[in-house]
Amino acid sequence: MAKNIYEKIWDAHLVLDEPGKEAVLYIDRHYVHEVTSPQAFEGLRLAERKVRRPERTFATMDHNIPTTDRSQPIRDEMSRLQVETLKKNCDEFGVACFDMKDRRNGIVHVIGPELGLTQPGFTIVCGDSHTSTHGAFGALAFGIGTSEVEHVLATQTLLQKKSKTMEVRVNGVLPNGITAKDVILAIIGKIGTAGGTGYVIEYTGDVIRALSMEGRMTVCNMTIEGGARAGLISPDEKTFEYLKGREYLNGTPHEKLVEQWKQFASDPGCKYDVLVELDAKDIEPQVTWGTSPGMVSGVSTKTPVLREIDDANTRLSTEKALQYMGLDEGVPLTAVTINKMFLGSCTNGRMEDLRAAAKVVRGYKVNPKIDQAIVVPGSHHVKEQAEQEGLDKVFKDAGFEWREAGCSMCLAMNDDRLDPGDRCASTSNRNFEGRQGKGGRTHLVSPAMAVAAAIKGHFVDIRDWQYN
Amino acid sequence: MQPFIKLTGVVAPLEALNVDTDQIIPKQFLKRIGRTGFDDALFFDWRFNADGSLNPDFEFNAPRYKGASILLAKDNFGCGSSREHAPWALLDYGILCILAPSFADIFYNNCFNNGMLPIRLPEATIEALFKEVRATVGYQLTIDLPNNKIVKPDGSSIAFELDAFKKECLLNGWDTVGLTLRHEDKIAAFEKARAIA
Ligand code: SF4
Repeated sequence: MAKNIYEKIWDAHLVLDEPGKEAVLYIDRHYVHEVTSPQAFEGLRLAERKVRRPERTFATMDHNIPTTDRSQPIRDEMSRLQVETLKKNCDEFGVACFDMKDRRNGIVHVIGPELGLTQPGFTIVCGDSHTSTHGAFGALAFGIGTSEVEHVLATQTLLQKKSKTMEVRVNGVLPNGITAKDVILAIIGKIGTAGGTGYVIEYTGDVIRALSMEGRMTVCNMTIEGGARAGLISPDEKTFEYLKGREYLNGTPHEKLVEQWKQFASDPGCKYDVLVELDAKDIEPQVTWGTSPGMVSGVSTKTPVLREIDDANTRLSTEKALQYMGLDEGVPLTAVTINKMFLGSCTNGRMEDLRAAAKVVRGYKVNPKIDQAIVVPGSHHVKEQAEQEGLDKVFKDAGFEWREAGCSMCLAMNDDRLDPGDRCASTSNRNFEGRQGKGGRTHLVSPAMAVAAAIKGHFVDIRDWQYN
Repeated sequence: MQPFIKLTGVVAPLEALNVDTDQIIPKQFLKRIGRTGFDDALFFDWRFNADGSLNPDFEFNAPRYKGASILLAKDNFGCGSSREHAPWALLDYGILCILAPSFADIFYNNCFNNGMLPIRLPEATIEALFKEVRATVGYQLTIDLPNNKIVKPDGSSIAFELDAFKKECLLNGWDTVGLTLRHEDKIAAFEKARAIA
């Protein structure tokens, strides 16, 4: 019988499937970061348990670390303690840890693929909801809670119920100026923030096939914002090409790996429980106007008008969101002015994102009304590569700050954050109340849209941009 | 883990769609490395004013809901970040059961791993409960897990569904790591078959 990729990976990882119980699923790769792991390691210690497969576990520090001078110790005492605790735990339990000074350091979801740790057909988990990113490689990857982190550390397995599957097919050819970020925001706008709950999504269609691996990661990254825990893309030549020669694949001939990986591609004629279809020609550059990623619209449209909303709960939440965002009803999105900009995160902090943004920036300056515009590469490796290509100079010449890699203002656990009332064009994935700093207002956009807004001081339609 | 069998308690309403875990517990509290002591962090930005005083406009803060152990919530509760600090904060505050039309997946699972019971109910049932809770000061519900029902003050009851395995774990207060380790031989056999050294 024809199987989709989710069914194939599920079947290949079943350790035990007893009726009336949850299945015991084997986990190939476990990523760990400093925020969601200390209590899990502590749990192991209390129960006198070991990490079953330390060589399948990789840790990095990304959430708390400063994006400024790394030669200085972390000033915030609690952040420092958390980072040091991770290092100590990894040393004690024999887990590889890429600390702040390691050349492999970066945001967990950026470095996994970069190092070749993420591979097609794998099951991958991490105490982090954006683990869905790794689905771009045809891996079943999803976020788990800290108790589950402890479970995986101790047993290298996870208890799971099989999900239903949803095919999200994006047809056609992306118009100029439309990016992977716009595609996924449009998908969330269509299915809603809870639309994927209980499902695993497989993204298909010509648009997805045409996306680069980096674009595919952007799409899978925000799967969680549509409520689905995991989003996958069946592996193809692009996947294999991207992984070729990556650091942690050394030793196994590429052809042999490809042979293995290919088996996980969805079979022609396989079935899904639900189908959602979008057409590329209907997708505009997207801008979120509210406090949930589903509160999103094309840049040529306006903020909602309350009396046009029928459902009482939706009307109330829209009213609350507009109030928090400090926006009136029916305002054109291009009239919304910003005072801060953040380019980075595991959604849009990779090379392709920086290149696309730099192309927009060339020959322009950050608008004098902007208080801060920071560019934060997703990993140390991305930073190095960008500097080799001279992108750092392009940004700096235009008045952007060029930072060290990390999560930074995506969630503002370090010093990079919005002040109350700030309005930010951000390439990250969440526009929740206070996400980027208490009282801060976040508009999610693509990298090109973010830097263009920083240059003009308000949102603009990137399709009309004059490139230098 | 404490078994969850029967619970009678005050119900507190939370009037918001898509309550995300950033809202349940904001990032600054995620720097802690312990598993408890998060009660003051719960709904921090909503519950407290800038000067640290209680925000009287936040319904959850009303004296009539003090000591609540059941939370009445709306669609897609617990979406966003996977942080288990969210159920920890609810638990530390005293909330053991949450009623909502739907929950985000990761949050839903995290609750069970802390001996908490999230219950999905039809939207209309939830809306009716919101009305009843607001109409009666000290409104209490009894959650009867063995019989899969919620008993209302007037003695009538609402049935709910729950996965049989999750129910068994809650009733017994089982630690799933311990449960899985009983299958150590199966895990080892799986690794052997796949040549995982
Ligand atoms: S960049 Fe943002 S979303 Fe990604 S892992 Fe870091 S905090 Fe989470």
